[in-house]
Amino acid sequence: MENILSGLLDQGYIASQQIATAIFIAENLTKPILVEGSAGVGKTELALASAAWLGLPLIRMQCYEGLDESKALYEWKYGKQLLYTQILKDKMGDVLGDAPGLDQAMEKLHGFGDMFFSEQFLEPRPLLKALRQKHGAVLLIDEIDKSDEEFEAFLLEILSAYQVTIPEIGTISSTVPPLVFLTSNNMREMGDALKRRCLHLYIPLPDAKLEEQIVAARVPNIEENLRKKLVAFVQMLREQDLKKLPSISETLDWARVLLLLHADDLTPALVHDTLNVLLKFEQDIAAVRPQIAEITRKAQQFGDHGYRIT
Amino acid sequence: MQRPLENFLRALRAADIRISPAESIDAHQTVELVGYGDRQFFKDALCVALAKTPDEVAAYDDVFEMFFQRDEFDTESSPEDGESSQPPESAAGDEAFAEQMESVPLAEMILDADGNELSAQMEQSANRVGATEIKFFTQRGYFTRRILDDMGLRDLERLIASLRRSGEGDGDDDNDGDATDLANRLEQGRRYLLDETRAYVERQYELYARANGENLREEFLMETRMSNLEHRDFDRMHKIVRRMAKKLATRYARQRRHTKRGQLDIRRTMRKNMPHDGIPFEVFWKQTKIERPKIHVICDVSKSVAAAARFLLLFLYSLHEVIAQLEAYAFSDSLIPVGDILNNNDVEQAIPEIMNAIGFRSTDYGQALLDYESGFMDDLDRNTTIIILGDGRSNFTDPRIDIMRRMHDRSKAVIWLNPEPETFWGTGDSEMPRYRPFCHVAKTCSTVMHLERVIDDILKSYARA
Repeated sequence: MENILSGLLDQGYIASQQIATAIFIAENLTKPILVEGSAGVGKTELALASAAWLGLPLIRMQCYEGLDESKALYEWKYGKQLLYTQILKDKMGDVLGDAPGLDQAMEKLHGFGDMFFSEQFLEPRPLLKALRQKHGAVLLIDEIDKSDEEFEAFLLEILSAYQVTIPEIGTISSTVPPLVFLTSNNMREMGDALKRRCLHLYIPLPDAKLEEQIVAARVPNIEENLRKKLVAFVQMLREQDLKKLPSISETLDWARVLLLLHADDLTPALVHDTLNVLLKFEQDIAAVRPQIAEITRKAQQFGDHGYRIT
Repeated sequence: MQRPLENFLRALRAADIRISPAESIDAHQTVELVGYGDRQFFKDALCVALAKTPDEVAAYDDVFEMFFQRDEFDTESSPEDGESSQPPESAAGDEAFAEQMESVPLAEMILDADGNELSAQMEQSANRVGATEIKFFTQRGYFTRRILDDMGLRDLERLIASLRRSGEGDGDDDNDGDATDLANRLEQGRRYLLDETRAYVERQYELYARANGENLREEFLMETRMSNLEHRDFDRMHKIVRRMAKKLATRYARQRRHTKRGQLDIRRTMRKNMPHDGIPFEVFWKQTKIERPKIHVICDVSKSVAAAARFLLLFLYSLHEVIAQLEAYAFSDSLIPVGDILNNNDVEQAIPEIMNAIGFRSTDYGQALLDYESGFMDDLDRNTTIIILGDGRSNFTDPRIDIMRRMHDRSKAVIWLNPEPETFWGTGDSEMPRYRPFCHVAKTCSTVMHLERVIDDILKSYARA
């Protein structure tokens, strides 16, 4: 447990207790983790950090509508197959030359086996690649909710048995099962079968303390006082009734922007100018704009007296 | 430790968390892995393995806290109340009754003030009498009694009584005071034990049976006529209706494609077969997209349907939450679009707001239809279904059948849901018989169950088309 926490910390990822627990269980029970949470809370980042920490290659598959198995799993290298048949045409004569009849020639051909449907002609796509890594890998299946329901069903074999079946070759199973992360933005409800095979980790928006640690780790150059204030500001913003609440990635962006502007204090004018970094909808900005002065003032106080928000 | 975990899983199931055998295997493996040492770790680990949605995580937290809550028998406060009256000599007194005490282990435990022992004892007894099988609210007293009996309460009571008797005995004997004193302490302990057991059983009920009761109540509400529903059930109703609407929406939200057989999609086929040197191994047929349902709901909120209107609106609200292409209108003597109100408010505010804006007036179907035609008929196309929720009682005004006919001709379907039973249609000022020919479906719809079935049918017809 401690290992996981400090390991992720070394990669600049501040994990909560729950996250560390989930990874611990996933490693020991060899089960995939389904990570849910709103956009920008660090779902994908978690997979990246874990891969870096474990020293394993990260294999990433971005899901989208219409993704099918030839893009996710494997494809035959048709071009290579064609090329080879062309090149080998001449050789055919030599090989079959001494066969007296068609039957014998056929017999001889069978002897060479399924040359063109062997692993040399297999183009591994992310899933197959992950299974064939010798020392294991971290497989990130990003935004699984964007894919079709058929694709979700197709994933089940890989997620539960860590193997795939290719009709021409047979079943390929992994030597070291990869650590699998699936991320979802809740675009649609995932099927029960998929959920059953996964551990479920929900990453909420962080509280002030955690968020401040994250900002400190990710934007180390920012001054402590300003950091406290901006975190307090974002925390208060999350209590507003907004269409899209700012998440950690927005906080980090904002911190970087403030750093870039050489700001040393949070003033209403500054917030006014940079609010579009935090809020991504016109209505949200319009709703917050009149309150900027008020929230900034409160954030100033929190900056001075610690970050407890009641 | 198998048994507590099984009980815990059962409690989780009662709290509406789906736990299949596979999950329970996971749970056991997890527990084996993490052990019972660290409470937070244990909780997080099981949470990751069992709860699969944010809602379930919240429910899990509640159940976990309740289930693993052991309020230790608070040995400080109760039997020891008379601490001052327990000078060293009373130990001697105790000895005098040691023989009697020996036969009643419960009394010993109380006097030892051994909280852990007591609570462990209570749980064992509870397991023996099967307290976790509790089903109904009324069984609580029964189980409390059974547990106490199993722990040997009878003996304790007998002991107290006999102590009292000897205490009241001869008078100035030193032992007498001790006996009364002892009896008092035991009595206190007994009362305390009673309270604790009651609280324990109460908790078991909360954990295992409450959901049962809720379900029963919900089933009952589903079958109740909407006009008979009471105000206090409103919240519960909202939950039911929302769940139902969500179920319907997820089932039909996907855009469906439908393979037309016999018509080759040449572009796709050529593209897909390029790797095969252009020889069409794989063949693709043309597909048509099936449009998602577009629905206009027109809801009567006038005086005559006042009782049912709240629930019709409730349904409208939930439907609006889950179906994207839904236009909502409400009317009594004139008609207004209510989509914005539904969009911008919570259900508690939206419904009264609509009622304030347009509700409780006398009905005029003719005027409402006219308003609809002049204002919103342009949105109506042949992919749109119109649902009318209302009783068709128009106060003898002109029903404007002509508009109804035009609506019928322009839309995919007109569905009329009437809270009155069919035998009442056409009596008094009801215009149902005249509207009916222009409805594709006209049905009585007085309970939530009806409503669900009808909406399901509508959406299904899209899926098939």
